[in-house]
Amino acid sequence: MAKVLMKGNEAVAEAAIRAGCRLYFAYPITPQSELIEYMAKMMPTVNGCFLQAESEVAAINMVYGAGGAGKRVMTSSSSPGISLKQEGISYCAGAEIPCVIVNVQRGGPGLGDIQPGQADYFQAVKGGGHGDYQLIVLAPSSVQEFADMASDAFDLADKYRNPVLILADGMLGQMMEPVEFKPKKTDEEIAILGEQHNSWCICPNQDGDKKHHHEINSLEIDPLVLEKHVIKLYEKYAIVEKNEIRYEEYNVSDDNEVLCVSFGTASRIVKSAIDELKGKGKSVGLIRPITLWPYPYEQIKAAIGPKVKKVYVFELNMGQMVDDVKIAVNGKVPVDFFGKVGGIVFTPAEVEEKLEKCF
Amino acid sequence: MKTEIICAGFGGQGVLTIGKFLAQAGMAEGKHVSWLPSYGPEMRGGTANVMTVVSGEPIASPIVSYPDVLIALNQPSLDKFGPSVRKDGVIIIDADMCPHGCKRDDVVKITAPMSSLAKEIGNIMVLNMVALGVLIGKTGLVKYETIEADLNKYMKAKNPDLLALNLSAIKKGMELAK
Repeated sequence: MAKVLMKGNEAVAEAAIRAGCRLYFAYPITPQSELIEYMAKMMPTVNGCFLQAESEVAAINMVYGAGGAGKRVMTSSSSPGISLKQEGISYCAGAEIPCVIVNVQRGGPGLGDIQPGQADYFQAVKGGGHGDYQLIVLAPSSVQEFADMASDAFDLADKYRNPVLILADGMLGQMMEPVEFKPKKTDEEIAILGEQHNSWCICPNQDGDKKHHHEINSLEIDPLVLEKHVIKLYEKYAIVEKNEIRYEEYNVSDDNEVLCVSFGTASRIVKSAIDELKGKGKSVGLIRPITLWPYPYEQIKAAIGPKVKKVYVFELNMGQMVDDVKIAVNGKVPVDFFGKVGGIVFTPAEVEEKLEKCF
Repeated sequence: MKTEIICAGFGGQGVLTIGKFLAQAGMAEGKHVSWLPSYGPEMRGGTANVMTVVSGEPIASPIVSYPDVLIALNQPSLDKFGPSVRKDGVIIIDADMCPHGCKRDDVVKITAPMSSLAKEIGNIMVLNMVALGVLIGKTGLVKYETIEADLNKYMKAKNPDLLALNLSAIKKGMELAK
């Protein structure tokens, strides 16, 4: 298929439909509104269901129901809206509902502003909702990757019966880049995807056989049963940690004097700075975590070359990922941080200046 | 080879569209492109800008610190982005809207009353296409034919009169660049 020029918000919506998403519930918010608009326009053309819910809370609970029926379902919002969904997200994780949530982050806290930010890192990877649970968190850095992650996210959600969060930002949602889509799944393929959940999901009980009676629930009133359930969840998370860590290395070599860690769109600005410094004979590497949970701790540690004097973290927040990087570096070299907040995005020149001071 | 462009002006002047046609044409010619708009409550009368990158290599940052080319369709945009244009870069200025001009003498400046010219062509709304014409005429970043084909696709059936206006605006811009 030929490449098309598309906004990130539209591309992820199109890719989700191609991946078999036929149910989408959301409430509008800038800067992700093109996503909900695209779904409103396209879902009816594929016999899907688009519903603008009365609130974010309603939307995530619709997701709970549809995911509980074993269907590929998605919701999306931007930072304040994702906060509203947290109760439902915790319920989805507790009841092991496969679903995909997209957060096109904006400046916070509170209503904040509508410019890009990455300040929902903690919310995404350290909890957000109540209780012991984990989301699988994917962080795209280009429109193409944003689109590709839609189908990856559904596959992961199905495979592990777990909510998957795509953590993007306003810049990625609003910018246009060429994107090439994967082929559209046929109705038969989508039906087969749904059948993999028949052993547990709510499905028609046509033959009156009691063995098809399933309950979707996150309430376990007996502490011993709940304890067992949570331990089982964490056994599942351990498998995810073993199998699903994804990351990108950029210019990582034994010559590196600085190693950068940065995710999402921020990492692209760091790449430009690295390219500029390369021209000046200064070697800087970058590790870009693609999965923010599970986190590439070992991979970051392994990328610290013999000449590396410092690990530098660049984020569009006040340093929320720094603790994870410190765990990875484990005191081997100092860890420094540079960030911008409030919807301000650092420029390649600013990053270059910070890095240049390390030499 | 990487070319970084900032187009800036009042909301409603069509600066975002200049970037879109450049990105679309660059993509059609097999290059890597990115298009990053300022967004928000920037309706007509506010300020708007778009950062467009056209490159032979994959594009790292879509954010541009030092543009190779600046299209400034009003004075505040020229004042804001003019100082950051790379040495020997190109600044395209609508003289009607930028009465104070730009003091830089280490760049190539093309100053023309583009709003007036657009009106002469038949519609002030093709101002952005005049500026686009100047850009491709001066830099050869993308071919005229590629943009023409793209415009054909969008406008030929729906609005043939507007298509003719747009094409003559681009050609006028290319003449200005000579």
